[in-house]
Amino acid sequence: MKKLKLNQTTRRNYLTYGLVILAYAILQIMNGSLSSSLKGMLVPICAYVVMAVSLNLTVGVLGELSLGHAGFMSMGAFTGVTAAVALQDLIPAAPLRMIVALIVGAAFAALAGFLIGIPVLRLNGDYLAIVTLAFGEIIKSIFNNLYVGVDSSGLHMSLLSDNTNLEEGGKLIIGGPMGIGGIQKISTFTAGFLLVMVTLVVVFHLVNSRAGRAIMAIRDNRIAAESVGVNITKYKMMAFVTSSALAGAAGVLFAMNYSTIVANKFDFNTSILVLVFVVLGGLGNMLGSIIAAAALTILPEALRQFSDYRMLVYAIVLILVMLATNNPTLKAFFGRFKPGKRSGKEAA
Amino acid sequence: MTFLNFLISGISLGSIYAIIALGYTMVYGIAKMLNFAHGDVIMVGAYICFYAVSRFSLPPVVGVILAMLVCTVLGIVVERLAYKPLRQAPSLAVLITAIGVSYFLQNSALLLWSSNPKVFPAFFTTESVDAAGKTVTKNGIQLFDGRLNISYVTIVTIVVCIIIMVGLTLFTAHTKMGKAMRACSEDKGAAQLMGINVNGTISMTFAIGSGLAAIAGVLLCSAYPTLVPTTGSMPGIKAFTAAVFGGIGSIPGALLGGLMLGVIEIFAKAYISTQLSDAVVFAVLIVVLLVKPAGLLGKQVREKV
Amino acid sequence: MKKKFVSFMMAMVMVLSLAACGGKDSDAPAPENNDAPPATETNDSASGAAFKLGGTGPLTGGAAIYGNAAKNGAQIAVDEINAMGGIQFELKYEDDTHDAEKAVNAYNALKDWGMQLSLGSVTSKPCEATSVMNFEDRIFALTPSASSTGTIEGKDNMFQMCFMDPNQGSASAQYIADKGLGTKIAVIWMSDDPYSKGIRDTFTEKAAELGLEIVSDTTFATGNDTDFSVQLADAQKNGADLVFLPMYYQPASLILAQANAAGYAPKWFGVDGMDGILTMEGFDASLAEGVMLLTPFNADSTDEKTAAFVAEYQKRFNEIPNQFAADAYDCVYAYKQALEAAGATPDMSAEELCAAMIEQFTSMTFDGLTGESMTWDATGAVSKSPKGMVIENGAYVGLD
Repeated sequence: MKKLKLNQTTRRNYLTYGLVILAYAILQIMNGSLSSSLKGMLVPICAYVVMAVSLNLTVGVLGELSLGHAGFMSMGAFTGVTAAVALQDLIPAAPLRMIVALIVGAAFAALAGFLIGIPVLRLNGDYLAIVTLAFGEIIKSIFNNLYVGVDSSGLHMSLLSDNTNLEEGGKLIIGGPMGIGGIQKISTFTAGFLLVMVTLVVVFHLVNSRAGRAIMAIRDNRIAAESVGVNITKYKMMAFVTSSALAGAAGVLFAMNYSTIVANKFDFNTSILVLVFVVLGGLGNMLGSIIAAAALTILPEALRQFSDYRMLVYAIVLILVMLATNNPTLKAFFGRFKPGKRSGKEAA
Repeated sequence: MTFLNFLISGISLGSIYAIIALGYTMVYGIAKMLNFAHGDVIMVGAYICFYAVSRFSLPPVVGVILAMLVCTVLGIVVERLAYKPLRQAPSLAVLITAIGVSYFLQNSALLLWSSNPKVFPAFFTTESVDAAGKTVTKNGIQLFDGRLNISYVTIVTIVVCIIIMVGLTLFTAHTKMGKAMRACSEDKGAAQLMGINVNGTISMTFAIGSGLAAIAGVLLCSAYPTLVPTTGSMPGIKAFTAAVFGGIGSIPGALLGGLMLGVIEIFAKAYISTQLSDAVVFAVLIVVLLVKPAGLLGKQVREKV
Repeated sequence: MKKKFVSFMMAMVMVLSLAACGGKDSDAPAPENNDAPPATETNDSASGAAFKLGGTGPLTGGAAIYGNAAKNGAQIAVDEINAMGGIQFELKYEDDTHDAEKAVNAYNALKDWGMQLSLGSVTSKPCEATSVMNFEDRIFALTPSASSTGTIEGKDNMFQMCFMDPNQGSASAQYIADKGLGTKIAVIWMSDDPYSKGIRDTFTEKAAELGLEIVSDTTFATGNDTDFSVQLADAQKNGADLVFLPMYYQPASLILAQANAAGYAPKWFGVDGMDGILTMEGFDASLAEGVMLLTPFNADSTDEKTAAFVAEYQKRFNEIPNQFAADAYDCVYAYKQALEAAGATPDMSAEELCAAMIEQFTSMTFDGLTGESMTWDATGAVSKSPKGMVIENGAYVGLD
C-alpha cells in the first residue's frame, strides 16, 4: 500500500468489477424467481458483454473502427465447439471441457486477429473498417463451406463439399451451411460471469500498463507517438490480437449456449450490433459497454408487448438514445453529477 | 463468347453497384459520414415507384420522378431529425444513428408494405411483332444470333451512371453550391468562417444523395425485379465496398469501383467457385487496399503534424 | 428535448403518410392483423379454459414472409375452432427474426406466458434450437414448416407437419426418373441455407443411384442472390435438359426471369418452397410456364376446404396463402383432433399434455389441407404423399 488514495482510473476499474460481481450475486440469489425469459438471456448477455468490452479495446482504446468483430466471434465459436465435441470422450467433466474450448477458441481467434492485423496495420480510418468488414465476410463464407468431422483416426476437414469420408462411428461436426448441430449446452451463467471478469482483468491491465499508454498515445496522435519512439506496429497488433482473442472466447461461450450454430449468425449485422453497444456505452468506457450490451440485449425482448411494432420501437429508441446522449444540454446536465469525467474520445 | 457474356453480366451487376455507390460516396465526401441508411432509402424509392406504376398505373417516368421527390424529402427529413443534432458529436455516434434509421425504414416498410415480395414491373422492353404475328417482348439486344445478350437495363444504367457522374463532377466543380460542398468537405469550420451555410450545404448533399438513391432503387429493381423490405441492405453494403474500392469520396472512383466489383464477382463465380465468390471478392478488395491504401482513385492525403 | 421529440413524432407521421399514399390495399392487413388477437383474448377470458398454443417465427427481417404466413394461417384455424365451441385455443406467435438466439428468447417468453402446446418454430435452424428446449421442458411441439432432420432427431416430442428435407430430395429425383423428365440435370442451390442444402444432398445421392446425370452443380448465397447469369450459363453449356431448383420462390423467380432473358428454356423442377411464385404481386406468370414442383399444397385447388381457407385468408390479409400458412392451419386442426381424442382439458399441465399428444400423434390419421390420411411415426416425421404439379397457363395442374 504505497498510496491510500487510489487514483481515479483505478477507482473506476474497481467500481466496474464491483458492479459486475454485485449483478452476478443478485442474479444468483434471485435465480428461483427469475422469468425463464430473463434466465435464457443471461449467457448471451455475458457473451455480448465480452464482445463489447473487447471491441471497445479496438475502437475506444486503439481508436480504429472495426466492422468485422463478429468474424472473430465466429472463428472462436466454430473452433471452440469443434474442440469441445472432439474431446467429448477424452474430457468427461463439462467445466473442464468448457475451459479447453474457450482456450482453443480464443487461440484461433487470436491467430486470425494476427493474420488480419498485418494488413490492418497499414491502413487507417474507413479503409481499415472496410478491410475488417471484408474479413468478417470471408470468414462467414469459409465456414459456410467448411466440413469438419471426427472419427477414431482424428479430425478430417474439407472445403466446398463433404469429402471427410468418416469411418464408421465418426461424427460430422461442422456441416457447411448446416453449421454445427446437436451441441451439448455446457455454457452456464457462472462460466459467462467468470469470462466477463477475466476479460475485464485482461483489458484493464492492458489499458493501465505501459503498453496501454502507448496504445492510447497512438490513438490520440499517431505521428507524435511514432516520433517519440513508440513502436506503432507492435502496440496496434497487441491491442488488436487481445481484442480478437477475447471475441473468440465470447464466441465459444455463445455457441455452447445453443444447440445449434450457423455461420450466418456472425454476419455484418452482429458486428454492427456490437459496435452499437460500444458507441452507446461510450468509447473507452468499459462499464458503459457492459451496461449498454446488457440493456440492448434485453430491450428487444422487453418490447415484445408491442408485437408487430417491436423492431420499429427498437429503432426509434436507438435513435433517441443516441440523440439524447449526444445532446450538449443533457451532457452538461449529467456532467454536473460526475465531476472530472473525461468526455469520450472520437475514434477516427 | 462465354467470356464476353460474363463480362457483360459483370458490367450490368457492377453498374448497379456503381449507381448506389455514387450516392454513398457523395454523402461521404461532403458530410464525412457513412450513411448506412442509404440502402434503405433505395428500397423506399423502389417501393414508391412500384406503387405508382403498378397500383396507380402512372407512366414509369412519373413514377421515377415521384420516387425521387419522396426520397429527397425523406432524405432531408431524416437528415434534419436524426443527423443534424449530432453535427458536433463523434462521427461514430452518427454512424449508429444511421443504423437506427436503417432499422426504422426497414421495419416501417415491413409494416406498411408487408413482407410479401413484389415483382417490379419491367420498364425497359420493346415490343415487336414476329413473322408468326405474335407479339414478342424483348428486354435486350441480341448479338451474334442471340449468343450475346445485352439487356436494356444495363445500357440505361450505364448511361445514367455516366450522366450522374459527369453531372456531379461538373456540379461540384463549377456551381456555387458545389464549391460550398467542397469547402465543407475540406474544413467545416473554415467554410463557416468564410460565410458558407454549412448546415444548409450538408442538407443539400443529403437531398441530392437521396434523390440519386431513388434512381438507383428503380434501376436496381428493374435489373433484379424482386422487391422486399430488405432489398436495399445487401446492395447497400456491396456499394459501400465498391465506393471504398474506387476511393471513397471520389466520384469517378465510385463508378470504377462499382464496375470492377461487379466484374470480379461474376468472374469469381464463373472461373473460381460459385460457393466462394464472396470470399474471393473481399480478398481481392483487401489486396487492392494493401497496394493502394486509399482505393483505386482515392487521393493519398499526406498527414501533417 | 421537447422540440426533438415533437420533430420525431413528425418524422413518424411523415413516413406513415408517405406510405399511405403508396398503396391503399396493402395497408389493410396491418389493422386486420391487430384485430385478430383481441378477438381470441376475449374468447379466452370468457371461457377461461383455453389451451395456450405458442409458436415462434420470423415476423420481421428478411424471412418475415414465412413467419407471418404461418402466424396468419394458425390464427384463422384458431378463430374457426374457437367459433365452433368445444375446444378453445389461445394463440401467441413471437418473433424470432430467423435466428436461433432470438428463437430461444421468444420460446422463453412463451414459456413465461404459460404455453402448454407449441408450434415449434417456422424455420429450420431456429427450430433446432427451440426443439431442444421443448424436449427439455417436456412441451409438445408440432412445427408447421421446419423441415431439417435436426429438428426432430432424438426428440420424442417433436413432430413435423411438412416433409423432411431429405425425403423431398429423394422423392424429386425418383419422380424425375420415373417420369423420364430429363437425364442431364443441373442443380442450382443456396449454399448457406440448410433447407436448400438438405434437399440438394439427398437429391444428388438419389439421382446417382437412379442413373440421372448431374452435369452442373452451382450455388448462390445470401447477399449474392441477384445475378444468376453464371449459374445459368454453366447449366446451358453442359447441356442440362432439366434444372432442379431446391429453393424458395423469391430467388427462383429471378432465375426464371434471367433464363428467359438469356433465351434458355430447359425444364424446371422445384420443391415445396417454390409454391407462392404465382401469387407474387406483379409476377409474370408466363415465366413460370411449365415449371414442375412437388408440393403438398396449392392455393388454386378446387378442394372445398382449401378454397374456403384461401377465401378467408384473402379476406383477412389481402394475400394468397402459401404452404406455410396451410401447414400452420393444419397444425392447429391436428392439435384439435388429437386433443379431442385424448379427452384433454386446458387445466392439464404441459407435461401431461405432452405424454397424451405423443400417444395420439403416433396413432392417429389426419386429413388436412396439405394432405389426406397423414400419419406420424415415432420419430415425429410425417408421412403424406407429395403432389406433382405443373404450372400451366398461370395455374397449378396436377401432373398425374
